[in-house]
Amino acid sequence: MNDKIIRPYGDTLNDGKMQLSFSLPVSADAFGKEAARVLLLQMGFDSAEITGMRDLREGFTHFIAYAVTSTGVDTSKIKVKVVDTPVMDMEATDQYIEEHLGRSITVVGACIESDAHTVGIDAIMNMKGYNHRYGLERYRYFNAINMGAQVPSEELLARARAEKADVILVSQVVTQKNIHIDNLTKLIELAEAEGLRDKMLFICGGPRISHELAIELGYDAGFGTGSYSTDVASFIAITLSKNQGK
Amino acid sequence: MLKLDLDQNLVKRSRIAAQKITGAFNWLFEGYSSVAIERTVLRFMGIDGALEGGEPLPNIVVDHLKANNALGKGAAVWVANAMHAKGLSAQEVAEQVGSGQLNLSEIPLASAEELFNVLSPLTEKMLGHIRSQREKREAMFAEYGARRKPAIYVIVATGNIYEDVTQARAAAREGADIIAVIRSTAQSLLDYVPYGATTVGFGGTYATQENFRIMRKALDEVSAEEKRYISLTNYASGLCMPEIACMGAIERLDLMLNDAMYGILFRDINPKRTLLDQYFARMINAYAGIEIQTGEDNYLTTSDAVDKAYTVTASQLINESFALISGIKPEKMGLGHAYEIDPELENSFVYELAHALLTKELFPAAPVKYMPPTKFASGNIFKTHLMDAMFNFVGQLTGQGVQLLGMMTEAIHTPHLADRSLAIENAAYLFNAVKDLNSNLCLAPDSFINKRANLVLEQAVSFLEQVAEEGLFSAMAKGDFAEIKRPENGGKGLDGVFLRDQDYYNPFMQQMKQELGI
Repeated sequence: MNDKIIRPYGDTLNDGKMQLSFSLPVSADAFGKEAARVLLLQMGFDSAEITGMRDLREGFTHFIAYAVTSTGVDTSKIKVKVVDTPVMDMEATDQYIEEHLGRSITVVGACIESDAHTVGIDAIMNMKGYNHRYGLERYRYFNAINMGAQVPSEELLARARAEKADVILVSQVVTQKNIHIDNLTKLIELAEAEGLRDKMLFICGGPRISHELAIELGYDAGFGTGSYSTDVASFIAITLSKNQGK
Repeated sequence: MLKLDLDQNLVKRSRIAAQKITGAFNWLFEGYSSVAIERTVLRFMGIDGALEGGEPLPNIVVDHLKANNALGKGAAVWVANAMHAKGLSAQEVAEQVGSGQLNLSEIPLASAEELFNVLSPLTEKMLGHIRSQREKREAMFAEYGARRKPAIYVIVATGNIYEDVTQARAAAREGADIIAVIRSTAQSLLDYVPYGATTVGFGGTYATQENFRIMRKALDEVSAEEKRYISLTNYASGLCMPEIACMGAIERLDLMLNDAMYGILFRDINPKRTLLDQYFARMINAYAGIEIQTGEDNYLTTSDAVDKAYTVTASQLINESFALISGIKPEKMGLGHAYEIDPELENSFVYELAHALLTKELFPAAPVKYMPPTKFASGNIFKTHLMDAMFNFVGQLTGQGVQLLGMMTEAIHTPHLADRSLAIENAAYLFNAVKDLNSNLCLAPDSFINKRANLVLEQAVSFLEQVAEEGLFSAMAKGDFAEIKRPENGGKGLDGVFLRDQDYYNPFMQQMKQELGI
């Protein structure tokens, strides 16, 4: 076997063992169990064993299963988009901006449209930050404007224009029915219509946002779960410095 | 028995400071009203429905009176006056205002006695209905047995009330005692209550009277089948606190999220508007026998659970004190607390035990609402499930009133059917496993837990005494709460607050105050 091709590992290399769990609208009995097993076989698993079955009531059943796949992934063909700028702490970022830009960076941030959850934007922007990393407000070279929750895209763009912002930072926490995609798309389309898209960096963040998704939606960068103010600040400082004079 | 050795002098001082803070708002409660309070009065009078564009009739009438500078007397007076003059029902009056046929302020005012004769039977009819709903709830608890402690509280949040019903029924059958229907994220900042059933909501469904009715009916059916009364809760928060409380009282909700300061701090709603609205909203909840729940968990979602533990205690004391002013009994005060402790912290469980015991012992009668780990919940569902088990352990060990179950997928999505079921299984296992552990344990007097609880209380007392000295509004403006600055005249909804005229009349508030003895 090509050593670039990998398969799931249970307790022996390439045994292809996977753990799955899902619910079906069936009864919790032999019939339901078989339905769950057949579903897994139809998904392409070589074999499947239903190891747990729990009656969820109202005609639904939860299954826990182990299945074996013979499918492998060729790791030589995997390509990912990640934010590849180095991460600096607050002092180093401020110093970097002082040396490379020599001016303050204005960031306007908000939770846009229906989203009322400011936990993410606050963790990145507010003075106190999150988990021992201060927010952008604390940086000497950031002029951080946090517009808070439920800000219409139009208002965010108007404020960014008025403040001559370098960066727009958008947080989307609520993701039900992919509302975050709709909201982020709306903002970027409006920005393009208003001729603002190329005048500033557009960055989005949230628990279900990846850099890849952000690029796909037309943003400059995306930050998901586990990102801190230092990640965002470093990216902004380095990217703006590189873009100078372009 | 697991019991703290709390410094009773600190306990006393904490109550005195809280009373000093909340007792300073008589001028507001007795001198002002708000558009939300007036819309509530209209709903109590039987006005419901919306125009074709979706604008609710209570808003139409209140906005009409405001535009004619007539709101100072109270909306009840003008609608009763039109009813008297035209021989119409309250609903018909509202509809004619909506169609532009009627200008309420142009109708000459009848005598006080004539208006009273119109309003008195309306008031008695509605309050009688609310009392009967309260009695119905009490009768069902008497028949099926009291709620377990901690009660199992789960959320449904599909955005479609009919889908919510399916999930709520399944959860109830698996052991849930309380179903919370999560609200659409945008509702707290709407200055009206939407009308009708929600089938496409984001992050939840709107709190509407129709949604309340649909879920209450479904839960009544399950209650009868399971021989267990399943409680229903929603959110009387945001810009429509008293209106939502009113709808909940009419449709027999059993609990309501109803925090005195949450809207100010975390939704940037004007401080005066919020305190005024919570005053009447809580009075309605008290009258309807609805258990309120407060939102102290919000203080810990961005701040550290150890450093800021005292902010939870301080907020609980202020919430308790405001609730007493509105006539809520301690056994109906679901004060909030949250298991947001950092799992990496050495002895995190010991800290949490100290904090949970402090809440329990400071408010022995309160059915404390204990919130699960959210901040440190991650995509690692296995770890989160384990943290939820520790949380359930503390909840049962310390006898909290309501356990808001943690979901292993908390950090990922609104709960799937199986997530909720696994959470109930987790809680049922832990609750049963440590059921009587508390009575077998005691704390050493010089234990860390005792010292920690007293330290947090001491920090809360010194904070409250400082706020009492300074005044609540001034302290909020300075950013003393949750590190957020909220000036007295800032935030949303201030334009909906108005000074009452000398002859202002709100028959529902007057009658409730009388019966509640406040």
